[in-house]
Amino acid sequence: MSQPSEAREAVGDYKAGWHDPENSTIRFDFGLSEQVVRDISELKSEPEWMTEMRLKAYRHFVDRPMPNWGNTEILEDIDFDNVCYFLRSSDQTGESWEDVPEDIRNTFERLGIPEAEQKWLSGVTAQYESETVYHSIREDLEKQGVIFLDMDSGLREYEDIVKRYFGTVIPFSDNKFSALNTAVWSGGSFIYVPKGVSVEMPVQAYFRINAKNMGQFERTLIIADEGSSIHYVEGCTAPTYSTDSLHSAVVELIALPGAHIRYTTVQNWSNNVYNLVTKRGVAHEDSKIEWVDGNIGSKLTMKYPAVILKGEGSHAEVISVAYAGAGQHQDAGAKVHHLASNTTSNILSKSISKDGGRGSYRGMAKIMPKAENCRMNIVCDALILDEGSRSDTYPTMEVGNASAHCEHEASVSKVGDEQLFYLMSRGHTEAEALGMIVNGFFEPFTKELPMEYAVELNKLMALEMEGSIG
Amino acid sequence: MSGEKPILAISNLHVGIEGTEILKGIDITIPSGEIHAIMGRNGSGKTTAANVIMGHPSYDIEDGDVQLSGESILDLEPWERSRSGVFLSFQYPQAVPGLQVGNFLRKSVSSVRGDDAAKGAAFREDLKNAMSKLNIPSSFLSRYVNDGFSGGEKKRFEILQMMLLKPRLAVLDETDSGLDIDGIRTVAEGINEVVRGTENGALIITHYSRILEHVQPDRIHVMIGGKIVASGGPGLASLLEENGYDWLEERVAEGDVFE
Repeated sequence: MSQPSEAREAVGDYKAGWHDPENSTIRFDFGLSEQVVRDISELKSEPEWMTEMRLKAYRHFVDRPMPNWGNTEILEDIDFDNVCYFLRSSDQTGESWEDVPEDIRNTFERLGIPEAEQKWLSGVTAQYESETVYHSIREDLEKQGVIFLDMDSGLREYEDIVKRYFGTVIPFSDNKFSALNTAVWSGGSFIYVPKGVSVEMPVQAYFRINAKNMGQFERTLIIADEGSSIHYVEGCTAPTYSTDSLHSAVVELIALPGAHIRYTTVQNWSNNVYNLVTKRGVAHEDSKIEWVDGNIGSKLTMKYPAVILKGEGSHAEVISVAYAGAGQHQDAGAKVHHLASNTTSNILSKSISKDGGRGSYRGMAKIMPKAENCRMNIVCDALILDEGSRSDTYPTMEVGNASAHCEHEASVSKVGDEQLFYLMSRGHTEAEALGMIVNGFFEPFTKELPMEYAVELNKLMALEMEGSIG
Repeated sequence: MSGEKPILAISNLHVGIEGTEILKGIDITIPSGEIHAIMGRNGSGKTTAANVIMGHPSYDIEDGDVQLSGESILDLEPWERSRSGVFLSFQYPQAVPGLQVGNFLRKSVSSVRGDDAAKGAAFREDLKNAMSKLNIPSSFLSRYVNDGFSGGEKKRFEILQMMLLKPRLAVLDETDSGLDIDGIRTVAEGINEVVRGTENGALIITHYSRILEHVQPDRIHVMIGGKIVASGGPGLASLLEENGYDWLEERVAEGDVFE
């Protein structure tokens, strides 16, 4: 593996920017075609219905124009012919870290995954390039019938459940990137929590891209059966390269009556990764879906975690933060559709832009005419750290029922000289002071994270603040 | 020891902001262990003096010097001054939403007094004592710095920080304004505790004499129009209280000296 010191030098402040030598066992040529789609499916010995779905999705992807909203300029820059759509780096999914190839194991150790697993997680999957290289779940959960697998294994071992739910929340035709993901998906998590089972400690998936010009298309499906609960945490990083990589995931959540799903993301891709992700959950009666979504890295993120409040009394919570530094555009937000009566939703979005970065909030909140007594609360705050940086909000609210109670607040603020002076007068350098202000601004998000993640995020932001102050 | 040199020596200090001169040559010397006060009306330059001592970046130092125990601090950044022992209790403390008081206090003590001072039972004990003296409930620690604080809470929080940071020189800018009589007494006790019987010093900036009754400053300086027009013992505060600044200005114009 490359020497840490060299890697550190090459990547500046981004601490996860090193890369391993590429030791693939299977690597597809660059570019996408019907054959590539067939090859992926064949390699995985998939049932025919999946191959068919992939092919339909591929055709839809080809026909579907690029979105004409968001950052169209950067989107048009994506060179789909210069992406590797499948790369296998280990012939097996290890159930012990000993079984994971050494380079890869070292990478996950540097990222602190095995340590976190021992301390505070119920289960872990680690995906490297296209596939999961490590997987474990605590025995007691397995005994209670909890299924936590990578998606490929999920399809092999629980085809009935997968077939019943896959693509029902996000059909491939939803958007260009959900079509792309459905065509070439590989890896991701498959989770089923049986009725009444509460998984107390979070399960975690970690996604690592290592190769240059890599495309990672994980597919995640979480089904929480009646009255069950689960907290899923995902993290992601990639090496810093001068060429771009593409990450386009699809995540579907199904919360059956009375279930509770919390899905936490701390996205810290290197700044050469396009992060174009579709995330959506369906909430049945009296269930609750929470997206806790942090976007720190990537070149362009376009991601709007969504909840369809389908069952009466269901609740949606979307808390998202975005940090846009030099050369970054974080186009993030939330989407909530109130289809049923007595449903409630809270959206809290916070963005920081710095060094010319751009943070956008894009939201869609809808109350259908037949949904009575719904409540919806949206708060968007932006913090702009310097002159050249930018923040925009694109909120859309459609309220079709007069009994609805809706609130929307938005604020844009700048860091004041007096605020900095105050903190500096207490012995804190300018960078430390800025770090305190920024971490304070993110606090409503950070306090929702598992402690270990919160500490990491605070350190990460403090480091970002040190970068530019001379 | 620092006892030899005055804790604070301001000499011939001229300060401007955006081309306008605000301080027009002031001299104040505070020997170790003493508390001085600057009194003056709004706009006389008192807050400017406080900000300049702490190193506010908006001001231009046109002439003169500010020394802490014989060393000029004008080239130091605010955090360096803080770490050298200067503390400013702000007239308008700034809110930092999301930054928890307890966390902030620990970080500040660690920055100013070193990591060891912010660790373990000694720190917790220190914190508990200071909070109980200031009548601050422990629930305060989980609130966000100055966010939604009442005027009185803000001022008490400034004094709490002062007591924990243990500065050599405490500058208190209008710390008494917005406090009721109990609050003033509490704050005064805090100041006395930090300075009396030590080699530290304090500079209290106020336009009322009320707080001075509780602190009993060693010396009072009256500032008018960016200059110290009179300096004297504690009696000067009561003279001012009785007769007002106009009277004092006239007397000074007539050549009276208040010693």
